[in-house]
Order: sequence, then structure tokens, then C-alpha cells
Amino acid sequence: MADAAIAGATRRRPGFASRLVRRDWRGAVAPLLLLAFVEIVMDTGSYQSDSLAPPSQIAVAAYRVVLDGSLLTGTIETLGAALGGLAIGGMIGVVLGVLFGMSRAVDRLMMVTVESIRPIPSAAIIPVVLLAFGFGYRMEIFLILPGTIFPILIFTRSAVAGTEPCLLDVSRLMGLGYIGRVLKIVVPAALPRIFVGFRLSAALALVIAVTTEVVVNPQGLGSAIMVSEQKLDPASMYAVVIWLGIIGWGLNAALVWMQRRLFGPAGARGAEQ
Amino acid sequence: MQHGGRVREESTSPGVAAPIIRFDDVGLALGGQAILENVSLTVRKGEFLCVIGPSGCGKTTLLRLLAGLVEPTAGRVLYDGERAAPGRRDIALMFQDYTKALLPWRTAYGNVSLALEAMGKTKSSRHDIIMTLLDSVGLAREADRYPSQLSGGMQQRVQIARCLAQEPAALLMDEPFGALDAITRQALQDDIQEIAARSNATVLFVTHDLEEAIYLGDRVVAMRPHPGRIATEFEIGLDRPRDRLRTPEEPEFLRLRRALFDVVKEGR
Repeated sequence: MADAAIAGATRRRPGFASRLVRRDWRGAVAPLLLLAFVEIVMDTGSYQSDSLAPPSQIAVAAYRVVLDGSLLTGTIETLGAALGGLAIGGMIGVVLGVLFGMSRAVDRLMMVTVESIRPIPSAAIIPVVLLAFGFGYRMEIFLILPGTIFPILIFTRSAVAGTEPCLLDVSRLMGLGYIGRVLKIVVPAALPRIFVGFRLSAALALVIAVTTEVVVNPQGLGSAIMVSEQKLDPASMYAVVIWLGIIGWGLNAALVWMQRRLFGPAGARGAEQ
Repeated sequence: MQHGGRVREESTSPGVAAPIIRFDDVGLALGGQAILENVSLTVRKGEFLCVIGPSGCGKTTLLRLLAGLVEPTAGRVLYDGERAAPGRRDIALMFQDYTKALLPWRTAYGNVSLALEAMGKTKSSRHDIIMTLLDSVGLAREADRYPSQLSGGMQQRVQIARCLAQEPAALLMDEPFGALDAITRQALQDDIQEIAARSNATVLFVTHDLEEAIYLGDRVVAMRPHPGRIATEFEIGLDRPRDRLRTPEEPEFLRLRRALFDVVKEGR
């Protein structure tokens, strides 16, 4: 009976792709018209530029970077650093958030420290981190960490501190220990909101990864943008920029989908809190 | 040693057992405000004691003290000769608000399982116990449903099953049926009567419903607010099992209802 109800609920939802097409095709009209307009203006006029390129040339450049594999390599490098930073920072953020949220004493002791470190822009410490780690994944991941730790830490902390007191009473009466309480009550109850922090962190991780690559780190898509710019090849540059937009959109869409899958029926209440 | 003349050691029910729960001149003050004052009360083993009174009279606090969730600021709360402390699994507490007491991310099965997990039972040994418990509260077919997919009465049944999983010697119930509709409430009253008789658990049942208290209890304690204290108590000499139609029509039932009504009205 229960299975049938749940299956029915999922069956009613159409597939991801068909939903996308059905909902979004009208929204694509305006940008497509704009693209056509830009193309016509740039091709018919005697327009010369080192910083702009008509859409057709961008498409050709995109085809080229896909074929020579440089787009794939760059994507792997950028996403590798972003997801690596997200994984490490996420774990640190959840652990610290649980500790802070469970104990008011720890929270008071640490929050000033956290709030004073948090506002430092990651770009500001690029020189320091570069000195410490040199170029490569390590410096990039290290720079991503603050951006991933803090949103998750703050969401986790407030969700944990707001755990339904009745549930904590229940667990105490049953004789669940500290670890059991954290793993079976506190974290599952906080999970929907931790995930909101996770989504914020994922977006920031990508931003910081690309920023680092544009500014110093000679790898990934950010570096590809810089190289194209210096070669006066705006078409390739825009091809990568557009690809980054698609990656960012896809990352968020994947996380939203995960959020629905994980917390759809049972976690709805937790997400509202 | 005994305070006041309230504690009656004699009993009208057969098989008199020793007192298992004892409140010794208990007081509780929070932030300079007295919540409870001079509460002395003993409960016999296997007794079904109902506590009644207007809201704010500290009847829920009585249960929280016994469960060890709150420490008294005066006097002692003893269970089986020991000071009340949380984490003793032979005391189970059932909450009024099932929307807060059940884990929304776990199914009925998972919620009952939690109590057994806390006891350290292995997964394989849990399954049969959970299904037996769910079956005993009529929820075997709803095992895989989440609390949000169950009615209020069903959710309270899940809570009952979870409490029973602890195999409690004492069952503390905090207005468990207060949020349910009349028909569901009556069905659950009869269920809990049967469960109490079968398990021989000591039950402390908090309610604000006079008839519920008389219908279920071996004894009814009436409380008064500001500060919370015990006003009076009545032995309920009605035959068991109580009957949904006949019991409320007995002269004794009507007499008790009138007497309790006067007490509660005075307290307001």
C-alpha cells in the first residue's frame, strides 16, 4: 500500500529532460533572437574586435576545443579542484557545525574566531597560499576550502542548534549515547538544511576555482580563458566562458535533483524549518 | 516520614504491590517561579494512575521529573528506590505531540526500531520484535509508511509501539490522546487499558479530561495550579475491564465525575 502510494507520486512526475523542454522552450526565444541579431550585425558590418566574437565563430572555436581535448582537460582540472574542495570543506563544515550546534559553550568560544575569518575574501590570500603550496591542485583546493566550509558550517550549526527538543528528549530517555544521538537524531534532522548550505558551497567552490585559475594557477578552464585572451582569440575565450555557465547550471541542477530525491517526502518538514 | 494524609497505603485492588514511584515533598522552581510545591505521591507497582488538572498545574512536569529530564529543586523523586535519571530504559515516556516525538525521516518501522537500536539489538534480532509490536498496535500494514503519511491516531500508535519496545516497567503518558478526535481517542483508550493490563506496567497518565481519567485509572490525582500542587485524590473502584457503554453509566462513575468536577472547578 505504502509502496504503491510512493510509486504513484514518482510516476506522476514526468522525466527530467521532457520537463526541461516543455517548461523552458518559450524562455529560449528571446536569447535566440538576441544571438541571431548579434550574428547578423557582426557579420554584415565591417566590425573588427579583439574582445568580441560573433556567435558562429564561438561555435567553431567550441568545436575545436572539444576536438583537441583541451576543453575536457580543463573541465576535469577545474571540476576536480572544485569538487575536491567541496568534499573536504563539506566534511570539515559538517563536523564543526555539529560541534558548535550541540554545545553552546563551544559555540560562544569559537564564533568570534569564525566570524573574523569568514569575511576575508579568498582572493586576498592567493599570494600567501601560492608561497606555501606553489601552483597546482593543492593551492587551488586550499583556497576553495573557506568558501565551502563556512556556508555548510553556518547552516549545520543553526540546524543542529534548532533540533526539535522533543526528539532530543526521546533519545535521552531511550539511553542513546552522544554519538548515537548525533548520528541517528541530530544529523538526519539537520540534513535538509545542511544540504542547502552544500548547494551554496558548491556554487562558491566553482567561482573560487575559476578565479584562482584566471589569476594565477596555470590549469583548468580559468587558465584556458586567460590563454585565449592573451592569444587575442576571443572566440575560444567565449566558448569556455559559455561552457563554464553550462557547468555551473548543471552542477546546481544536479544538486537540486539530489535534494528532491533525498528529502522529497520525508524531509519536507525538515527543509521548512 | 510521610507527608500529609494523601498517601494511601491501603488498596481496593487485589494483588497489592509495593510502591515503585515515590515523590517526596518535591518542589521545582524555575527562574524564581514555583512550578511545583510540596508534591508527595506514591504509585504502586502495576497501578494505573491518572493525573488531572488545568493547564499550567505542573502535571507534565511531574512526568518529566520522573523521567529524569528535570531535576527537582526540593525533595526527591525516586523510582524503584533510585533517584530518577534519564536513560533508564525501563521507563518510557509518550508525548502528546506526535508530530514532534516521531522522527519524520523514518518510517513507522524505523521509529520503533530506534528504541531497539538504542538498546544495542542487532538488525536481525530487531525485525521480529518490530513487526510483533507494530502488529500489536494494528499497524503491521503501515510499517513502511512515514509519519506524514499516517493519521494522528496511527502516529500515536507508533509512539505506543516505540514505548513498548523498551519493555517498560513504567509507562508515562503525557496527554497522549489530547490531540485526537473523539472516536480515535476512545479506541486508543481501550487499547491502552488492554496493554496496561497485559504488560502489568505501572502507568502514569496525564490528562485534562475528567472522564478519561476516571475511565482508565485505578486512582485519580487532581492537581491545582499556581504553584502546582496536589489537591486531592480518588480511588476508582470501578470493575475492570471497563466497558465503553456500561462503565460511564454506573452510579460510582457519575459520583466520581461530580466530585472531581467540583475539585477542578474550585482550582480555576
